[in-house]
Amino acid sequence: MQPEPVLIDAGAGILVTPPADVAIATKTGAFIGRRLDVDFWLAVGWLALVILLAILAGNLPLPDPTAIGASKPHQLPSSAHFFGTDELGRDLFSRIIFGARVSLTVGSVAITFGMLVGGTIGLLAGYYRGIPDAILSAVSSVLLAFPSLIFLLSVVTFLGRSLFTVTLALGILSIAPLARIIRANTITYSNREFVLAARALGAKDARILVREILPNVLPGALAFSLVAVAITIVVEGALSFLGLSVAPPTPTWGGMISEGGQVIAQDPRVAFFASFAMFSTVLALNFAGDRLQSYFQVREGAL
Amino acid sequence: MVTHFLTARGTVKAVDCVSFDLQRGQTLGIVGESGSGKTVLLRSIMRMLPRVNVVRGGEVTYDGQPLSSMSDSDLRDIRGAEISMVFQDPMTSLNPVVRIGRQITETMRHHLKIANGEATRRAAELLRSVGIPDPERRLREYPHQMSGGMRQRVTIAIALSCGPRLLLADEPTTALDVTVQAQILDLLTQQQKERFMAMILVTHDLGVVAGRTDEIAVMYAGRIVERAPTTVLFTAMKHRYTQALFRSIPRVTDPAHRRLDTIPGRPPDLANLGLGCPFAPRCRYARERCVAESPPLMQVAPGHLHACWYPVEAGELDVEVVTRSGLPASTVEQAS
Repeated sequence: MQPEPVLIDAGAGILVTPPADVAIATKTGAFIGRRLDVDFWLAVGWLALVILLAILAGNLPLPDPTAIGASKPHQLPSSAHFFGTDELGRDLFSRIIFGARVSLTVGSVAITFGMLVGGTIGLLAGYYRGIPDAILSAVSSVLLAFPSLIFLLSVVTFLGRSLFTVTLALGILSIAPLARIIRANTITYSNREFVLAARALGAKDARILVREILPNVLPGALAFSLVAVAITIVVEGALSFLGLSVAPPTPTWGGMISEGGQVIAQDPRVAFFASFAMFSTVLALNFAGDRLQSYFQVREGAL
Repeated sequence: MVTHFLTARGTVKAVDCVSFDLQRGQTLGIVGESGSGKTVLLRSIMRMLPRVNVVRGGEVTYDGQPLSSMSDSDLRDIRGAEISMVFQDPMTSLNPVVRIGRQITETMRHHLKIANGEATRRAAELLRSVGIPDPERRLREYPHQMSGGMRQRVTIAIALSCGPRLLLADEPTTALDVTVQAQILDLLTQQQKERFMAMILVTHDLGVVAGRTDEIAVMYAGRIVERAPTTVLFTAMKHRYTQALFRSIPRVTDPAHRRLDTIPGRPPDLANLGLGCPFAPRCRYARERCVAESPPLMQVAPGHLHACWYPVEAGELDVEVVTRSGLPASTVEQAS
């Protein structure tokens, strides 16, 4: 859609119509793409809503998500049950919100863990290069090469299907890819002149790492970790779909999709609401992470 | 001093048998083309070279202390506090995500062990002394909010923050606008005089060092080929390379559209230097001896050394370029 032409009085009664893009640039006051736009804030808004509901789930007047037979099964959405009930008469809305707790906890805690461990490894490997890099890169290659499903299966089998073990297992799996990304970023910044300048001013390696390189690597890493959280949520969903994540009766999105799958012919709502919750949350995370990444890149490029 | 790099193509003799000394309050200019080893020389002095595949030889002595053999932690106490450095490109030598204020105060707090408030006060003072108006506001800004010249002023302020006694400036104006270059150079010279520092000014531009240094060393292929007090070098240069460099400066008195004198060819491959004088292949005066035998540094007058078998004769100098002040007309023009 073309913006309305803006007419500028150029004096002497001559009217000039500026090109369309000029009008856009002056209207928004910035170049397109430099800003975090409405889409980004929509994604952030959705995430904030899901997180808020998950945190407050215990304090909200919600029916017990695990109470079997508390209501009539297969009810349609109503004011008592926003999303209706499943085949065991449990409130779907309440199950979705409590399920968000599992997905969000696993996603964020696992990635925080992976960032702390993998980020440290990546920083050290990228900064020191040489022998430390060779060792750490070899370790991360081994981690990457190890079949992740086998690893998850064995962890769940031997340590049990608890929130803790699933989170830990996914956290360990996220170390290697995160370490790689941080390492690559660290290498670029380590070769920048300001690092040399800091060394010329008598800074120690630790100081250079924490005060010079980390602040540069961090924004990109945080943006990427949002995408990583999204991936982890999907993986957790797949695990619980296979019955390998947190054990029932705790509601999980993957578990609900699995349960709903069995009755999808009679009542597609069960699978739909859980799928929709996971889909939109993962989409929002990806979207926000993506936008943040390009936002930081543009800022970097403008320097 | 010797710095060689071991590479896949062979040993690169980046700095080869370079030797000089510098007194407090003196300025030494190091002039040479790209790849002549100027930057490696400065980094060798600061011991800021890669950890692997480097052969270091010789000694750097600062105030009686051997920089080349002291421990890393002792060296860190000297870097920044006693010897500091101004880099070529102020666009990259400042951390883009850290405020100017913290970048200045950090070094001071580290070396001088002063409190944050005191450091901030001093940082504002420093910024004012390097010619940045409204320093209190500038301290809160990020590097990208400043122009190149401003940023170079900031890096100079950082370099000066701990009151160093030796300042190494590695082509401090190469990345800047011509109009800003003179200002930055004047600032460096002024600070050097005020603080009675020793300064090494590295550049590829003879015009830059002309009016601002006490002594000049001309580097070529990792070696010093001529060293003399500034006025002597400009009036009685001996080495053919210095002469060639000098000829390639465009002069205001030249007629318009005169073809610029250049030095043909490129600097030699430092991994693969022949037997003779490294400049011989590009030298229009080269003779057989130049190709066969490498000339040593010879002293022709006190403080004036050169490494050339067939040096410039006294009567041979282009008379018209030397003005009464002893400086070439063109460089005076550039400097002012």
